[in-house]
Amino acid sequence: MPTLPSTSKHAYITCDASKCVGCQICEYVCSYTKNGAFNTYRSRIRTVRAKKILVTAIACRTCEDAPCVLACPRDALKQDPETGIIKVDANLCDGCAWCIEACDFGAITINPRTKLTEICDLCADEEDGPQCVKWCPKEALELTTPDKRAQRSRHKLVLEEA
Amino acid sequence: MYGYSGKILHIDLAERKSWVEKKEEEWYKTYIGGVSMAARLCWENIDPGCDPLSPGNPICIAGGLFTGTPVPVGGKYGMASKSPLTGFLGDSLSGSWLSVALKRAGWDGIVIHNASKDWVRVQVDDDKVSFHDASHLLGLGTHDTEEAIREELGDDQVRSAVIGPAGENLARIANVSNDGRKAGRTGQGAVWGAKKLKALSIRGTYDVEVADPETLLQLSYDILQASQGPNTQKYRVLGTSSNVLNMNKLGLLPTRNYQQGVFEDAELVSGEYLHEHYKANTMACAQCPIACEQVGHVKEGPYAGAMGHIEYESLYALSSNCGVNDMAAAIQAITNCNELGTDTMSTGVTISWAMECYERGVFTKEDFKCEKYPEGFEANFGNAEAMVTLTEMIAHREGFMGDLLAEGTKRASARIDEERGTETYKWAMHIKGLENPGYDARALKTFALGLAVGTRGGCHNRSAAYDPDIKGQVDRFSVDDTRGELAKSTEEYAAVYDTLPLCKFIRRCFTGKADRAGAWPAIAKLINATTGWDFDYDAVDLIGERAHTIKKAFNVREGWTREHDHLPWRWQHEPLKEGASANSIVTDEELEYLKDLYYEAKGWTKEGLIPKEKLEELGMDDVAEEIGV
Repeated sequence: MPTLPSTSKHAYITCDASKCVGCQICEYVCSYTKNGAFNTYRSRIRTVRAKKILVTAIACRTCEDAPCVLACPRDALKQDPETGIIKVDANLCDGCAWCIEACDFGAITINPRTKLTEICDLCADEEDGPQCVKWCPKEALELTTPDKRAQRSRHKLVLEEA
Repeated sequence: MYGYSGKILHIDLAERKSWVEKKEEEWYKTYIGGVSMAARLCWENIDPGCDPLSPGNPICIAGGLFTGTPVPVGGKYGMASKSPLTGFLGDSLSGSWLSVALKRAGWDGIVIHNASKDWVRVQVDDDKVSFHDASHLLGLGTHDTEEAIREELGDDQVRSAVIGPAGENLARIANVSNDGRKAGRTGQGAVWGAKKLKALSIRGTYDVEVADPETLLQLSYDILQASQGPNTQKYRVLGTSSNVLNMNKLGLLPTRNYQQGVFEDAELVSGEYLHEHYKANTMACAQCPIACEQVGHVKEGPYAGAMGHIEYESLYALSSNCGVNDMAAAIQAITNCNELGTDTMSTGVTISWAMECYERGVFTKEDFKCEKYPEGFEANFGNAEAMVTLTEMIAHREGFMGDLLAEGTKRASARIDEERGTETYKWAMHIKGLENPGYDARALKTFALGLAVGTRGGCHNRSAAYDPDIKGQVDRFSVDDTRGELAKSTEEYAAVYDTLPLCKFIRRCFTGKADRAGAWPAIAKLINATTGWDFDYDAVDLIGERAHTIKKAFNVREGWTREHDHLPWRWQHEPLKEGASANSIVTDEELEYLKDLYYEAKGWTKEGLIPKEKLEELGMDDVAEEIGV
């Protein structure tokens, strides 16, 4: 499961690289859900390929004390203390990309049309949750929570101890 | 217009300029996309009768109707030009992110004219076209070329189609590569090389507009769900390489240059063996939920480090067909083809022709001199190192043999027969100059017809005529009067998929049934949600007939005659000796009878030409004017 250590006490989207095949269907669905358009450039989740066969997908990891929020010179980014979701105020954002610099996960993108920052909001207003998770054909994407992460750690431990 | 921008981008490499051509909606309704639109663009833009490697032969790229939308397996493009192997239409399909970038850049297709004086990389950024020096990319393999471009632009989202050294060296069996997938067959890479075009890079940022996105999304979701079940299990778990053992059981696995249909070591080069010992990962093409591509990786031994995309058609050609039972060597040979940019099938079949020449004393060790083996090497069947070395020599046109085999089986054989007074054409396993696929058609008589009449030569992708043979719908060992209609029906079925294009591996995911009744109504719904048109079953069916007709019309204009629909000498004169397909050949009488049936089913003349009325009926009046009889 996720190889990157968690930086969050909230839920976020993870990708199991051993299951991901790099089809980018998550990107299509994200761009349509958030922008009403099919355009993977406008997706808030990004698939990444390396060394021909390594592939995974990255979206906002709802970091604690999120560096992107701290980096924003115009206070356009605000983190919801309950959910960890980073909200972008389009009226304040000027697309300066400091938040992109600050994000260790490369999880923030600039919309090539509006030139403004866009960040995964876990599809908070969709009844059936994150659409990328719903659509992922290989069940590689998951909305992980602290509880799920704890369960996984316990499982890993029991396998190692046994 | 939804689903299309209505614009074709023309690029002139000699003048370094570009212009836009607008097309009417009716044109799109007739030619749709993929191979059909690419063939039509070729029809409109080629200098008829030209040498395929001359500036008058354009590279025509056509996007997909569903590309850039969530419709599963719709991320493909078609590419066409006059083939340097066949002299007829060369059309290739590739699953590719390039097709997605093309669509988002706002182009339905690209036509690349003329030839550049110096090596060039063409870049398309939305509406803007620019030309860049490519001399520093020369000699780089396909993957490295793509990476170098990403590095240069500092953008991991740029998508490029590129050629490897083989295309640069005008190997006629060279192909075009993008993100590990290939426009693989008919020698498109040599056409790029002749134009000194090393790479085409595209970045597109526009949204893809469709008529009814909500409906399209729902239809796509249902297909996506169905694509994870038993309908695609064969492709998802073992990939196409699972065919090795199936074909072997049927006695149809090309072995030692099609001298045999059973390989004694088939287990060792099977999809199952690959899965157990060499599989590194499974990868998907653009917007594909199936993910059939098995990546093979060799970890130890002389071929350690080899990593290639292993498909059945690559595997038969570069294992059993060369008598090689070493999976690691097969992966290395396929990796070489992938990276150096040659068609694995044509490469394998050309090498097996050379191996047979060696075994029959036409070639000697001396003929195989190269830098690695200055004294030459033994090139008998089963010699894995010889096979691997030849894949490199071909791409670099190294030595006498590399230069000879880079020409493909047909030309290599003709040259040797002329120079040495031999009859190697008897084991030159090509049709119209394109090397044959991994099914021995001596004992698949409907498929033999499908291959013989195929517009691009020996190809299993453009004709699905093996289907009724293998499924037992007809007796595969004999001929009867149903075969003409079957060959027509199966090639036009395939042409629907190649034109939209949709990968054929999705064919059972609409309703569970792969036949027209199972798929066409669902495909009509996808077309209508994308375009706002009102296609029905019949309109979908017509896509295939039109696609096939424009390809055939192109060939007729290039001088096609009935004699060009042929089979390799071996399949007509030498029966297989063992296995489930022994004792079968396709006689001259059978072949001519089958061709008669087929031309009649197509509504063509006895000479295989297309009547004017037929073309007009299909809405191709201008084609009727030029080649109709």
